[in-house]
Amino acid sequence: MKFTLGWLKEHLETDAALGEITDALTDLGLELEGVEDPAATLGAFTIARVIEALPHPNADKLRLCRVETWPDGPGGRMEEVQVVCGAPNARTGLIGVFARPGLHIPGTGVDLKPGVIRGEASNGMLCSERELMLSDDHDGVIDLPADAPLGARYIDYVGANDPVIEIAVTPNRPDALGVSGVARDLAARGVGRLVTPATPPVPGGYPCPVAVTLAEDVAGGACPLFLARMVRGVRNGPSPAWLQKKLRAIGLRPISALVDVTNLLTFDRARPLHVFDASKLKGGLTVRLGRAGETLEALDGKSYALEGATVIADESGPVSIGGVMGGEGTGCDEATTDVLIEAAWFDPVLTAATGRRLKISSDARYRFERGVDPESAREGIERATALILEMCGGEASEIFAAGSPPDQSRRYALRADRVRRLVGMDVAPERQADALRALGFEVEQTGEGLVAAPPSWRPDVRGEADLVEEIARVASLSALQATPLPRGDAAPRLSHPLRRVRAVRRRLAAAGLSECVGYAFVAQAEAALFGGGGPEMALDNPISSAMSHMRPSPLPGLLAAAARNQARGADAAALFETGPAFSGPEPGEQETVAAGLRAGFAAPRGWTGERRKVDLWDARADAEAALSACGVAPDRLQITREAPGWLHPGRSGALKQGREILAVFGELHPRVAEAMEVSGAVVAFEAYLDRTPAPRARLATRPALDASDLQAVDRDFAFVVAADVEAASLLRAARGTDRKLISDAQVFDVFTGAAAEAQFGAGRKSVAITVRLQPRERTMTDAEIEAISARIIAAVEQTTGGVMRG
Amino acid sequence: MDGTDALDGLEGLRAGFLGRIAEAGDEAQLEAARLAALGKKGEVALRMRELGKMTPEQRAEAGPALNALKDELLAALTARKASLADAALAERLRTEWLDVTLSPRTLGPGVGQGSVHPVSQVTDEVIAIFGDMGFGVQEGPQIEDDWHNFDALNIPPEHPSRTEMDTFYMARLDGDDRRPNVLRTHTSPVQIRGMLEHGAPCRFICPGRVYRCDYDQTHTPMFHQVEGLAIDRDITMANLKWVLEEFCRRFFEVEGVELRFRASHFPFTEPSAEVDIRCSWAGGVLRIGEGDDWLEILGSGMIHPHVLRSGGIDPEVWQGFAFGMGIDRIAMLKYGMPDLRAFFEGDLRWLRHYGFSALDMPGAADR
Repeated sequence: MKFTLGWLKEHLETDAALGEITDALTDLGLELEGVEDPAATLGAFTIARVIEALPHPNADKLRLCRVETWPDGPGGRMEEVQVVCGAPNARTGLIGVFARPGLHIPGTGVDLKPGVIRGEASNGMLCSERELMLSDDHDGVIDLPADAPLGARYIDYVGANDPVIEIAVTPNRPDALGVSGVARDLAARGVGRLVTPATPPVPGGYPCPVAVTLAEDVAGGACPLFLARMVRGVRNGPSPAWLQKKLRAIGLRPISALVDVTNLLTFDRARPLHVFDASKLKGGLTVRLGRAGETLEALDGKSYALEGATVIADESGPVSIGGVMGGEGTGCDEATTDVLIEAAWFDPVLTAATGRRLKISSDARYRFERGVDPESAREGIERATALILEMCGGEASEIFAAGSPPDQSRRYALRADRVRRLVGMDVAPERQADALRALGFEVEQTGEGLVAAPPSWRPDVRGEADLVEEIARVASLSALQATPLPRGDAAPRLSHPLRRVRAVRRRLAAAGLSECVGYAFVAQAEAALFGGGGPEMALDNPISSAMSHMRPSPLPGLLAAAARNQARGADAAALFETGPAFSGPEPGEQETVAAGLRAGFAAPRGWTGERRKVDLWDARADAEAALSACGVAPDRLQITREAPGWLHPGRSGALKQGREILAVFGELHPRVAEAMEVSGAVVAFEAYLDRTPAPRARLATRPALDASDLQAVDRDFAFVVAADVEAASLLRAARGTDRKLISDAQVFDVFTGAAAEAQFGAGRKSVAITVRLQPRERTMTDAEIEAISARIIAAVEQTTGGVMRG
Repeated sequence: MDGTDALDGLEGLRAGFLGRIAEAGDEAQLEAARLAALGKKGEVALRMRELGKMTPEQRAEAGPALNALKDELLAALTARKASLADAALAERLRTEWLDVTLSPRTLGPGVGQGSVHPVSQVTDEVIAIFGDMGFGVQEGPQIEDDWHNFDALNIPPEHPSRTEMDTFYMARLDGDDRRPNVLRTHTSPVQIRGMLEHGAPCRFICPGRVYRCDYDQTHTPMFHQVEGLAIDRDITMANLKWVLEEFCRRFFEVEGVELRFRASHFPFTEPSAEVDIRCSWAGGVLRIGEGDDWLEILGSGMIHPHVLRSGGIDPEVWQGFAFGMGIDRIAMLKYGMPDLRAFFEGDLRWLRHYGFSALDMPGAADR
């Protein structure tokens, strides 16, 4: 919302400086967005006279001007200055605009310095309008009438000195979308006195010839009130200079007197109006809902489908979209002689819906959807009539009134202590009442406090808390003194899922992965690679097709990031994210997942030898790290081959507890890698944090450490087995031989591939394990060691179908 | 043979062996000298063996002399052995030289290169600070229903924030006439869930991702907010100011934080205030707590009675405040990232530069 200081002062009598006014606006909740003060940029340019203009001795096109300047203003001391000027109209006797050295010339962006031009001193400048950024005119320097006051500020002389103020208006304050409403807030604060001129009714000379009917489908809601008035015999044309200047100052383009009047009242009184060229209307008007198939070419030149919109129709069909935009075919132009003025009230919710559906932004829609004061229709139509008669002449009809303003009356009690109880600020009861009265509320003081009826322009006030807000903002929240809030007894405890995800995040970062935060939506094709991308997971209004579907996993985003990092030359990328994976479109159909990937080499290139490429065991280590941060012991998990389709079928696995898959890991499926444009070795994992069991409530104390003082015995065994025998089955068999005695079993060598097959036969490999025997009561004898060794060999051979390697 | 014979040549023997020991250049020569003197057939040993043939008088004289010689030679041998070992070690150390300027070998895959994202770090900081003031943490779904995201928060159906210009809507399949779900546009729906779960009194914050249809220099379609609320019988806006001042003082790590409350409007609070923090932008560098500028950092207010009712809390008995601010935004203000969009691009250079060590866990103790 923009207006000028001068405009504001038509409604507010005040001596307050601009800064005081803008500070008060911000503090009241009408936040200042910016001020353009011409005095700040042009205040030092003054009116001066060329005493004599002589030819420049060294340049044909330049003149040497003796300029009479008045540095202390009119009536001060005169100072003669020599200026070299190239303008064709620089002549003896010219009254122009002088800039002294040191000034910033806005049109050129230059700070003016005293200079010497072709051998002659030049101590200032005569300015063109373009140099002052007042217009594009640069044909010559500004040429003022002979009576222009020498030494005066140019902006004061031409009336270009009015600062433009822009404020942000919150959606609850439709009244502040008019200058009169802004002034009312300032007056309530005590910045001045509200002096909005009253509007005397204009008597009508004849009945309004256009009748208006409110159809049943709008009379009770969409449009309960419609006032119309004819002005016959107008001469439309450009509006007067004062009106054009006002509209230009706030960025509006003057169109014609009739249209400019409606724009003026929109911004002056937050009262949108519409004007029809009555000669283009056929018969009476009906306000009704638009029907299927009906369209209208609106004033913006576009055609709109009107079904369900509130329309104003004549006998030929719709001529205007109520509260949103008028029709092109019935608009006013230079030829208009009979104008029909409309002042109506359109329902905010329906106006918003229509505007949204038709994608029309207009100053009228902006106000109607926030709530125009229904009581302002009559004042608006009277004021518009008076202005039109003044500017365009003509004869006004009586007002035709269809319907009546919707009943806004309501009252709320405000308990005397409520402001202190809610805000923590003391405002005396009389001051509470005064603040509300100044804002237009009807206030009645009672024993318990007061009862207030909001004015018709404040649809937002709907209860006691709103009254408190009005009083507090008029009193100023900046006066609020902070009061400590005692912590209370209950120490907050973070939930297990939150502590879990925090632990996982730091565990993975410690393992060398960098945490990313990715968008929750990805392209459909990317979602489909990871089992998502169904129509139910689509956004109705995505930013772009690359962000169209809720992600089934953080991995598409991580892979895209890895590809970008590879494109930048990173040959070792390790990334992870903890966040939601969406399995369905309903609230709660999301799961917290830790997902990560490693691409390329396991470490940066170094001097210690050949670099290892990442492999699936890196991904398994990451998955296990994530699960162990959730309190799950990885060695208690089963490893199966139930990995999802986005992983390499032969080089992937799942970590399971019971029936629940807690994590998957492996090499990325080559097709997925190709689609995501990542190159080289890529391994990835997902750990499903919400599936890990919550820890049982435990005592802080731990069981006693079980550590034997007796020497442990390590025995190594190598077995030749079929190539697809998994290491886990060997170890399980070995460990199962004697769970008390065997404290550990690990694979320490795998010999596989062509060389192994040459030695052991096709489809075979050798796996070597080391088994640790930990006696508890006494040292083992050789015979005992031999006996357990034989049992281990037998168990492994029997389970795996392999043989002890000779 | 008289007693003096027994000592004949002993001095020469001594000088000879001591000289040989001193001159031994390595362990082998030293061993040879030892054997020649004290070995079974060594000269000192031979002399010792002859003691038995001597008279007691001779023996009384020669015995101690020979023993003294033996001790002296043993001591010389030991000393020489130690000095030879010292020399050998010195020589070994002289040749054992490594280039300490080479980079340490990486211990495992990427160890030491991981990082925690600033959003996570700042969220942890916020949780720690509010935790100290008695606020727990509440979480909620990111796909929300219309009721939790709008209706329950007193946002009317025509409110501009509901437009598809601002809110992401989930598609409904053909024939499904239910109101479409939304991607939560703020963390405020979690307030409702928290109120319904805990009842009054309560005090918690809700950090998390939120979504709005906006993508330009300073907006991303996803960002992070933290919402907070405190409900009790007599909590006021003045308490809110204290809590926010306390938070800013600790989060920005400046003592003299000054906040300015400005009247504003949010559907879910009444009265509402936007909160600015005093700062300076001198030299293009933001300094919180000094200067003449004000920087808007959050919106807040007293929870609207309708919102309390939506949360199952009686507004005639209970009241409280709520506030919400951008996590990414306060991260940028504190740590100086210039561009919000980079938060979500996963550029390793950015992640390592602006990220945090895994072990840098914010807590109450370090403040």
